[in-house]
Amino acid sequence: MLKIKQLAVAVGDKEILHDINMTIGTGETHVLFGPNGSGKTTLLTALMGFPKYRIVRGSITFQGKDITGLPLDERARLGIGMSFQRPPVVRGVKMSDMVAACLKGRGDAETVAKLAKRTDLEDFLDREINYGFSGGEIKRSEMMQLLAQKPKLALLDEPESGVDLENIVLIGELINELLEKHCPIPDRKCMGLIITHTGHILDYVNARTGYVMCDGRISCQGDPHEILQTIKEGGYGSCVNCLARRHLNV
Amino acid sequence: MSEIKSSESYRKKAKAAAAKAAAFGEDIDLSTYLTSAEEQPYQSDPEQLPAQAREHMLEAGVVLDDTSQRSGTYIQMDNTPVHSSIRGDGVEVIPISQALKKYDWLSDYWWRAVAVDTDKYTANVELNRGDGYFIRALAGHKTIFPVQACLYLAKARLAQNVHNIVIAEEGSELDIITGCTTASREDPGLHMGVSEFYIKRGARVTFTMIHSWNPAVAVRPRTGIIVEEDGLFLSNYVLMKPIHSLQMYPSARCVGENATVRYNSILVAGKGSSLDVGSRVFLEAKGAKTEIISRAITTGGDIIARGFIDGGAPEVKGHLECRGLILNNGGMIHAIPELKGNLAGIDLSHEAAVGKIAEEEVEYLMARGLTRTEATATIVRGFLRVDIQGLPPTLGAEIDRTVEASEKEVM
Ligand SMILES: Nc1ncnc2c1ncn2[C@@H]1O[C@H](COP(=O)(O)OP(=O)(O)O)[C@@H](O)[C@H]1O
Ligand SMILES: [Mg+2]
Repeated sequence: MLKIKQLAVAVGDKEILHDINMTIGTGETHVLFGPNGSGKTTLLTALMGFPKYRIVRGSITFQGKDITGLPLDERARLGIGMSFQRPPVVRGVKMSDMVAACLKGRGDAETVAKLAKRTDLEDFLDREINYGFSGGEIKRSEMMQLLAQKPKLALLDEPESGVDLENIVLIGELINELLEKHCPIPDRKCMGLIITHTGHILDYVNARTGYVMCDGRISCQGDPHEILQTIKEGGYGSCVNCLARRHLNV
Repeated sequence: MSEIKSSESYRKKAKAAAAKAAAFGEDIDLSTYLTSAEEQPYQSDPEQLPAQAREHMLEAGVVLDDTSQRSGTYIQMDNTPVHSSIRGDGVEVIPISQALKKYDWLSDYWWRAVAVDTDKYTANVELNRGDGYFIRALAGHKTIFPVQACLYLAKARLAQNVHNIVIAEEGSELDIITGCTTASREDPGLHMGVSEFYIKRGARVTFTMIHSWNPAVAVRPRTGIIVEEDGLFLSNYVLMKPIHSLQMYPSARCVGENATVRYNSILVAGKGSSLDVGSRVFLEAKGAKTEIISRAITTGGDIIARGFIDGGAPEVKGHLECRGLILNNGGMIHAIPELKGNLAGIDLSHEAAVGKIAEEEVEYLMARGLTRTEATATIVRGFLRVDIQGLPPTLGAEIDRTVEASEKEVM
């Protein structure tokens, strides 16, 4: 279980996220909607533990352990993994090195080859990571690394953006595999938090709960399809207005 | 070496240049070094060399315990050749002093790729009649295993003089590994090494040089390469061990159409090391090509990384890539890439980047579960990994091993 309580996150002196509350039960998948710049990526990076994203209030509890002050790499080793929207190029470091690092000795060259085949990246293993990768290749590469890492909590930042229709099916399959959707519901261990700006991913991946982030706050929470329907009809503007209305009432 | 034609004129020129400072690098006072060392006994079986010497040589890529993976071996201790041998045919490996007696024609190659009066170091090699290796691949012959050569500095304070000549006859293929090292890990010394390479039509030579000196040694290699039509010269240089001062600027001339030269250099300078290392290529014939790649890391030392490409013929192509990584404050990297051309239709380019490891990259790897130290080591290893085109796999493994063995010292 992941429990986020009254979390506030700042970059530098600027507080970007305010009063975030969220609970993801073991085996559950949640999605996070929100307009550009609302703070979705900030939430994921703060959960992952990037030092630049400073937690100023509140707490994060992961599988019963308070990880609010835990460093990035320790969170990763505890079972939190993230797919990046725009990962950096690391010259000279090959994709196969990255996957091997993610496997942490839990597999060999054959495991790496299988994962590459699964993600349609067989020709990429000897390539320098993210160097000259297309948008879609980056998404698949991120998924491949996460599949190798086998996190207990997968944080996916817009996994479908910039992916063409043909590949979005594959991305959907990979996410389902990562989130153990093939297992009966009670047997699932992996939790997922997926950022989606457009909601397209919901055509391929089922989620239990949806949230809308506006201006650094969660403006609403509920059935993801219902939320998507609202956004489709009224745009994110309706969410912003809704949030503003409630804040005036408080 | 009285057989050398016009040897008098070389000596005259050398005398005139005996005090001539080099164009680059700290000027070394030769009078502070010894000019001669005791002769070393010849060893027909290199396995009989002292264990410590063999161990140091191994760190520089020279394997003596089992030479079945080598086509030939040359070992010089101080100024004496102590061993030379070949396995199989098609290649010759003998001391240059012997080769000069054997072949009259060798005088045609003597000081032709490097000018005797380049500076005091070349002059000194001539005036002290430096010995060295003569390696020749016979026409059309492709050697499978590399030839290895070791230049070993045993005596403290010695000025070692070396003069090598490598000839790859038409259509031959040859790989050479040269390892340079010292007996002592602290005694000062000076290595002056002239190397002249002649790559004939259609020949291919890869030359891998691994330097493993000590923090008190000064090194002044002087290398010239002449590549004929369709010839290929591929140089790999690895310096990851401490050194006091190194200055070299090997110079290759592509004199035949479609001649190709590639240089890859891996340089690491710790505190107290001062490196001024470059590669220079003159593209003098139509369609000649070059690629110069260098990776420089400072953990506290100073590195000047030079590169120079002169495109002086139609349809030539050259690329220079110099990347520097600063791992510790106190070190300095100065990249000086230079391109020169005077014809339309030539294609010369360069890229240079100097900086520290990007925090974003470290964090990316940490998000996959690596510790900061592991992430940094992975990035440094990647930085030093130059995928060398056309390098035989055994040689690639050799370089990887050298790099890996030294990584710990870098971190
Ligand atoms: N590293 C950063 N430095 C400065 N501002 C940042 C940084 N990261 C995010 N922000 C700011 O925080 C806000 C939310 O950004 P982000 O989380 O990327 O939004 P989203 O992912 O919802 O598009 C934006 O105003 C953005 O400019
Ligand atoms: Mg974002």
